[in-house]
Amino acid sequence: MAILDHSAFEIAKKVQRGELTAVDVLTAALDHVAAVDGRPGTLDGGALSEEDQAKVHAFITLTEKRARRQAEAIDERIRTGENVGPLAGVPITIKDIYCVKDTPTTAASRILANFVAPYTATPVERLEAAGAVTLGKVNLDEFTYGSSTESSAFQPSTRNPWDPARVPGGSSGGSTAAVAAREGCLSLGTDTAGSIRQPAAFCGVVGLKPTYGRVSRYGLIAFGSSLDCPGPVARDVRDAALMLSVMAGADPRDSTAATLPVPNYLDGIDRGVKGMRIGLSPDYMHINFPDPDTGDILSQSLPDEIRAATLRAAETLAAQGAEIIENVSMPNSAYGIPVYFVISRVEAASNLHRFDGVKYGYRTPSEFRDLHEMYRKTRAEGFGLQPKLRILMGMYVSAAQYSEHYYQRALKVRSMIRSDFETAFDPGGPYQLDALLTPTTPTTAFKIADIYGDSVLMQYADQFTVPANHAGVPAISIPGGLSSEGLPIGIHLIAPDFAETTLFRAGYAFEGATADADWRKVKPRVLLQAGL
Amino acid sequence: MSEYEAVIGLETHIQLNTTTKIFCGCKADSWEEPPNSNICPVCAGLPGVLPVLNEQAVRKGALLGAAMQAEIRLRSFFDRKNYFYPDLPKGYQISQFDQALASGGYLDLPMPDGASRRVNITKLHLEEDAGKTKYEGGLRYVDFNRCGVPLVEMVTEPDLRSADEAAQYLIRLRQLLRWLGISEADMEKGHLRCDANVSIRPVGSRDLFTKTEIKNVNSIEAVRAAINMEIQRQIALVEGGGRVEAWTLDWDDAHNRLKKMRSKETEADYRYFKEPDLLPLVLSEDWRAEVLESLPELPLERRTRFMIKYGLPEYDADILTGDRPLSNYFEAALEVYGGDPKVLSNWIMNDVLRMLNELGISADKLSLKPGHLAGVIKMVDKGAINAPTGKSLLVKVQESGKPPEDIVAAEGLAQVSDDSALIQVIDELLAANPDEVASYRGGKEGLFGWFMGQVMRETRGQADPGRTRELLMNALKGEG
Repeated sequence: MAILDHSAFEIAKKVQRGELTAVDVLTAALDHVAAVDGRPGTLDGGALSEEDQAKVHAFITLTEKRARRQAEAIDERIRTGENVGPLAGVPITIKDIYCVKDTPTTAASRILANFVAPYTATPVERLEAAGAVTLGKVNLDEFTYGSSTESSAFQPSTRNPWDPARVPGGSSGGSTAAVAAREGCLSLGTDTAGSIRQPAAFCGVVGLKPTYGRVSRYGLIAFGSSLDCPGPVARDVRDAALMLSVMAGADPRDSTAATLPVPNYLDGIDRGVKGMRIGLSPDYMHINFPDPDTGDILSQSLPDEIRAATLRAAETLAAQGAEIIENVSMPNSAYGIPVYFVISRVEAASNLHRFDGVKYGYRTPSEFRDLHEMYRKTRAEGFGLQPKLRILMGMYVSAAQYSEHYYQRALKVRSMIRSDFETAFDPGGPYQLDALLTPTTPTTAFKIADIYGDSVLMQYADQFTVPANHAGVPAISIPGGLSSEGLPIGIHLIAPDFAETTLFRAGYAFEGATADADWRKVKPRVLLQAGL
Repeated sequence: MSEYEAVIGLETHIQLNTTTKIFCGCKADSWEEPPNSNICPVCAGLPGVLPVLNEQAVRKGALLGAAMQAEIRLRSFFDRKNYFYPDLPKGYQISQFDQALASGGYLDLPMPDGASRRVNITKLHLEEDAGKTKYEGGLRYVDFNRCGVPLVEMVTEPDLRSADEAAQYLIRLRQLLRWLGISEADMEKGHLRCDANVSIRPVGSRDLFTKTEIKNVNSIEAVRAAINMEIQRQIALVEGGGRVEAWTLDWDDAHNRLKKMRSKETEADYRYFKEPDLLPLVLSEDWRAEVLESLPELPLERRTRFMIKYGLPEYDADILTGDRPLSNYFEAALEVYGGDPKVLSNWIMNDVLRMLNELGISADKLSLKPGHLAGVIKMVDKGAINAPTGKSLLVKVQESGKPPEDIVAAEGLAQVSDDSALIQVIDELLAANPDEVASYRGGKEGLFGWFMGQVMRETRGQADPGRTRELLMNALKGEG
């Protein structure tokens, strides 16, 4: 068994026990990168060669020297008998939306292509303090704005390890592809509408969006500040739990970070689902969405394979002793996407204000007559299409004359979405759920360039994931099978505030119950092709 | 002239004197420090940073709100005010919009005629300061040191009716800020900044006419001069058949004149929305009660009390409550002194204030403690020393830090009022100057002053002048 076939949990144990050195693990991980990743994304990446089209391209910046220093330091500490933490020697990648000191931090945008962060984000700091070795920064949709990673200014953008002709999902596509392709064990992603869970589903890995505030956002370049959640991407549920245990908790630099104590999420992870009440909602078994002209709710059915995978997961959990509650009513989830369009864009437009060519990042190299022309040219040249669309819409719906109609109304609907969850999870309510089970995505990974450019359709990839962001509740996507085309299908569990433990327990039970399933034995195509 | 009245509202920005900035750990005060030397990722608006609210700024803001009789909200919010400017590193200012820390409030300004003018407060909220830009050699430089310094923005209703009233408001506000110890309130250093909105209207009208906004006035005298100038300009314009336009005017301090900065046709849209990076600001009842409890007696209240309780003239009460240490000094001295408050007031207004001005310190920093002052005045009252000795004694106490009684004993300053000692001096004087005595007795009564002076010289000024006069008079009459 190759080193990287082990989980992060197992690797850390081996490194702690001296059975493996951190440098051994790092070398193995870098070999994986060399074998499957191809060239990193760069600005003006040029035409794709045939080889490019077969590679993963998870990385924007590989920080090999830094990783080596970290790995050597860990080995040295182990030699001197020090306790190096629960992620000892575990190779990880960081979505390039987090600041890492003295490391390029691009947000996959031309406007930050030359930005080298002078400080390190809290979650990264905590992972590294726990012994993790950072391989580098991985690709994403520009500023996380997208669901396919294609909108990155750094091309080639990441491709799906299961089928490199397909997208890895997004925006944490670099993270999920890297984990699926064994380029490291774990990756730090962000989830604003499903940006961890949707690509996790597409790449056949585990992705968790923790409760809003469970993990500090300090050092995460903001998209929708009231929605953004840093979260783990891992190959299995236990690794995700381990990673969250290390990252979560109060932070004096983020006052929105929850001060609630952090449990060790590994404790009791194997307690099973006996007696757990898990809900299924018809509102998550169709794509329901309001007609943009009339406001009537239109409905589109899901592909059979997606539906079947979800129902199969329910049966599997029921067989483990869970009680399945059907027909849970979640009527407001249908408004999740339109509400998200308004709220996230208002916040995004404001969050993008600071990129003005004055202090850091890109400034137009051409002549400018005055300050305003410098702003205009810098932002016109520095931002790609997706940030521009968000700025336009965000400015529009928060303008004094429209704010009441759009932004304020969206905030009200957001609280209605939240109250659907409160009802579903209410211990004295009609459903008394511990978790809601849904498909993660309405489709499997789509072909590169298939939907890119049509941002409304692409956003429906987040239809089932975005309500948890509105409500602030935690949700996890775990692999639930493969489609007839051999593409991963994700199943999705949503739990009440701070009930990550429930998600890990249910996910771990599902993994155990399906451990011998044939689909679990299949490896992503890029690994097979590379003989790994 | 008399058919118009001015309608003035003031928008002030008050820099709170907290130790650190409002959303990060940088120190708040960067006065005379090199540009961009007092910044961190948070106040410089780097990608990924988040604000964390400084409790001291909230406390000081709440104190001001309470002193302005505003309601302190238990739940308030921060909002983003979005606009582009090079000295605003995030491209938005974290401010408070519709649910600010304080609501309502007013200040009753005492007017020279004894009446008072109520100035209502429209807005009182916390926000972060922006940086500074300057042009030099065709280039624009930005300094972020001031970014994130805590400010209170406080805006009045258009309740002021003259430049003098506007100046009076600022004087009272500055006094209050220093009194509460929440701001240095130095206009020259930008701790207290003021923009004035000025319009005119026919006397008797209740309407509001087009106003202009005067910016960059950095002293109270400049505010007064700029507003007066603008009122005259508007009157002349309207008299001449013109119309006031909504300009923004810049005060040019070097040349004492107003310059048009820009026309203001439309209100800027700042696209305010609740700051998602900060939780709602929730204060407990206990916290609010504690802040209200810590609110001292305010200067104008104390001023009134001094007039009523001590029977001081308005002029005295005003000066004695000019700052908090001075008014505390007065009351502490009065307690020891126990005599006529007006006598004490005279001593303070003449001698102590001169001393404070010369030393450039506040009353609480004097070595001449209130008890020392009271002791000196008591000695003068008793006749143990005379008034000029008392005055010079104050200086000696201040310089040496020694109690006045010790100095009097050590230097033999006690007044010579022992009749026998004085009579001996007088007898010797008359015996030594028979010609002068003869001239006096012959009608040259103007010589009396000369005799007084000789006695004083002989006693090194320690003779009680009243008693000397009496004894000398008797001796010269030949009745001694």
